[in-house]
Formats: sequence, structure tokens, C-alpha cells
Amino acid sequence: MSLNATLLIQMTVFAVVVLFSMKFIWPMIMEAIEERNKNISDGLAAAEQGQKKLSEAETEVNALIKEAKQQATTILDQANTRASGIVESAKSEGTSERDKIISTAHDEAQQEISKLREGLRKEVAVLAISGAEKILSREINKADHKDMLDELANKL
Amino acid sequence: MRRSFINKLLPTLIALFSIGNVSAAEGVGCFGPTKEKEFSANEYISHHLSHCTVDSPLGIIHIDSVFYAVFMAVLFLFVFYRFAKKASSGIPSKGQSFIEMIIEFVDEQVKDTYHGSSKLIAPLSLTIFVWVFLMNFMDLLPVDMLPKAGEMMGIKYMRVVPSADLNVTFGLSVTVFLLILYYSVKIKGVAGFAKELAFQPFGKAMLPFNLLLKVIEEIAKPISLGLRLFGNLYAGELIFMIIAIFTAGGGVMYLLDLGVLPLAIGQFILGLIWALFHLIIILLQAFIFMMLTIVYLSMAHEDH
Repeated sequence: MSLNATLLIQMTVFAVVVLFSMKFIWPMIMEAIEERNKNISDGLAAAEQGQKKLSEAETEVNALIKEAKQQATTILDQANTRASGIVESAKSEGTSERDKIISTAHDEAQQEISKLREGLRKEVAVLAISGAEKILSREINKADHKDMLDELANKL
Repeated sequence: MRRSFINKLLPTLIALFSIGNVSAAEGVGCFGPTKEKEFSANEYISHHLSHCTVDSPLGIIHIDSVFYAVFMAVLFLFVFYRFAKKASSGIPSKGQSFIEMIIEFVDEQVKDTYHGSSKLIAPLSLTIFVWVFLMNFMDLLPVDMLPKAGEMMGIKYMRVVPSADLNVTFGLSVTVFLLILYYSVKIKGVAGFAKELAFQPFGKAMLPFNLLLKVIEEIAKPISLGLRLFGNLYAGELIFMIIAIFTAGGGVMYLLDLGVLPLAIGQFILGLIWALFHLIIILLQAFIFMMLTIVYLSMAHEDH
């Protein structure tokens, strides 16, 4: 249990081991660790950026959907007004057509009535004359009273 | 049967109360046949505390400590280098994740404490943390496993825990001390460092006292670093040995002897409890050694 030459050998071995680990071990492993750390932090940053882009895209999509909805509503409104306009105009057209048809029919009926009245009048005249003839044929000469009879007929 | 139980128990108890005398009887040398010996707790422990030594022109070398320290260093470098070579920034494999976890843990500790620009501190801390942990981990192997295997191959003494060798822990802490001096001089300059030693903490009037205080403070750093690790691991190893006295390395052979079966069971239970507790200690000591190294070196960087 005393100090001797083993000490010197141990110091030499120690120096060699330290130099070896300084030259060939520490830098290599440290480099790998640092590179991996860098890769990981890069990856995390990229993931964060992706997340950000995703949320941006989401808001954009939401805005687009909102706009589209608004557009659809306006189109629907327009269509509704157009449809009700068409119905309205069709209704008024129908009404005027109906009125026209009615008035035409009225006129025709009126004409028919007056035509029939004329015919009836003539027939009544003929009937009256023939009746009168029958009455008068006994007392009045046809020829004698012709002027009077014609005048009467005209008056009728 | 009853007699053999008492025969084993008695020396166990004697050994438990006579640990203090043990380290005096250290063995020397390394190779050669182990003599067949009667059970003696004292001999058993002192045998386990003897290093496998060889003489070199530089002095005595504990080749067991050097072998296991280098073995662990190579294991550390091999495993980490393999993952460093194929480290990719893609999805990491489980092994790579584990290695990266250790490296990031060390890096965090360094960045929290040290704010200089040196590229050495972090790999230095990593090396200390992992290497010291691996050397400490040898303590969790059964105390007799590797020494017995060594005996079979003709190695008389073998201590398998390098960090329970003062030379190894001081080898680390003295190197750290040299780095503290290097960075102190590099950052503050020779004059700046000398000024700090001489004029702090009590101003110019108290120069000799300041100098004494500062020098002691600086020298205490490597000594406390080295002794703390050594003390913890040496004590841990010793307690494993004391627990092992129950069967004194007999291991499986003793299980067949019903007389000492209770001792074997006792050893197993105590060994398990201490190993679980020691598991925390070896990790904690590795962490403390690393942390204090970082703190000392960042103190060396601070310019007042």
C-alpha cells in the first residue's frame, strides 16, 4: 500500500484515454445529438407552420361558404320576386282576357236579340195583317184599302 | 459436523475483530505456486490485499491494477467508439440512446458548472465518470472469482479493483491537479496565478499566511479526490473480504459440507445486502469524482 511506478502508468493511461475520447468519441456523438435536436426543432416548427396554414385555410373556407350562402339567398329572393311577378301579370292578363271575352259575348247576344226582335216584329206585322185581312176581307176590298194597309205595315 | 462448524466460525469471529492488523502482512512478488494453506482469516485477507507486483526500472508496478484499469479503459473506449463511429442523427438504436444518455448527462453537468471554452473538460469528465464507474464495478464481482482463476494460472496475488489501489486513484487525481495548474496559469497567466496565491484571501499584508493557505488548499484537492475514491472502494472491498471469510473462498466446495452450510448462507445474505448498498456507492463515487473535477477546473478558470 504505497505509491510507486503504478501511479505514472495510470497517469499515462488516463491521458491517452482522455485524448482518445476527446478526439474520437465526444465530438462524433455530440454532433449526432445536436443534429438530431436541430432536426426535431425544425420538424416542430414545420408542424406549427402547417397548423397555422390549416387554420388559415379553414377561415378562408368558412368565408367562402358564408358568401355562397348569401349569394344563394339573394338568388332565391330574386327567383321568388320574379315568380310572383309572373303569376301577378298572368293573373291580370287572365282577368282582362276574361273581361274581353265577356264583353264580346255580351255584344253578340245583344245583336242576336235585336236581330230576333226585328224578325219577330216582321212576323207580328205579317200576322197582324193576315188577321186584319181575315177580318177585313169581308168588309173591305183589298185594293181599296191598299194604301192604308201599306202605311200601317210600314209603321209597324 | 458440529465441530467443523465451530472450527470455521471461530476464526471468522476472530478475523472480524482483528482487521486492523491485517494489512501489515502484505505479500510481495507475483508469480509462483500458491502454498497449500490452512484456513486463517488473517492470511486470507492479507493475501487478498496483496498486489501482483513486478519490478521495473521505474520502480514497483502493480500489474494487476494496471491490467484491470487498462482493461476497463479499453472496454469504455471500445464501446463508446463503436457507437460514436456509427452515430447518426436519425432514430437512435437502444444502445446509441443509452450512450447518448450518459453523454448528455455528463454534458449537462459540465455546462451547469463550467463556462469556459475548453474542449477538454467534457470528454475528460465523461472519461472519469465511465472509467471510474467501471473500475469500481469490479468490486461487485465475487471477491474470490478472479483471484482463484489467477491462482490456477500461477498468479499468486491479484487485486481486481483498480480504484481500490491508491496509485490508480492518485494517478487520476494528480492528472486532474496538473490540469488545474495548467488552466490556472493559462487563464490567469503566471503572474495572475501567483498574485492569487499570494494576495488572497486576506490581502497583501498577510502574504505568507495567504500563500500557506492557498498552497494547502490547492494540494488538498488532488489528495482529497484520490483518497475519497480510494477509501470508499478499499473499505468496500475489505467488507466483501470480511463477509467472504465465512467460507474463505471455499465457494461451491463448502456447500457440500453441511457443517458450514449456515455460514455459506450467511455469507450469501450479507454479501447480497452489501453488494446492493455498494452499487449505490460505486456510482456515487464515480459521479463525485467527475463533479469535483469539473468544479476544480472551473475554479481554475475563474479570474478574480
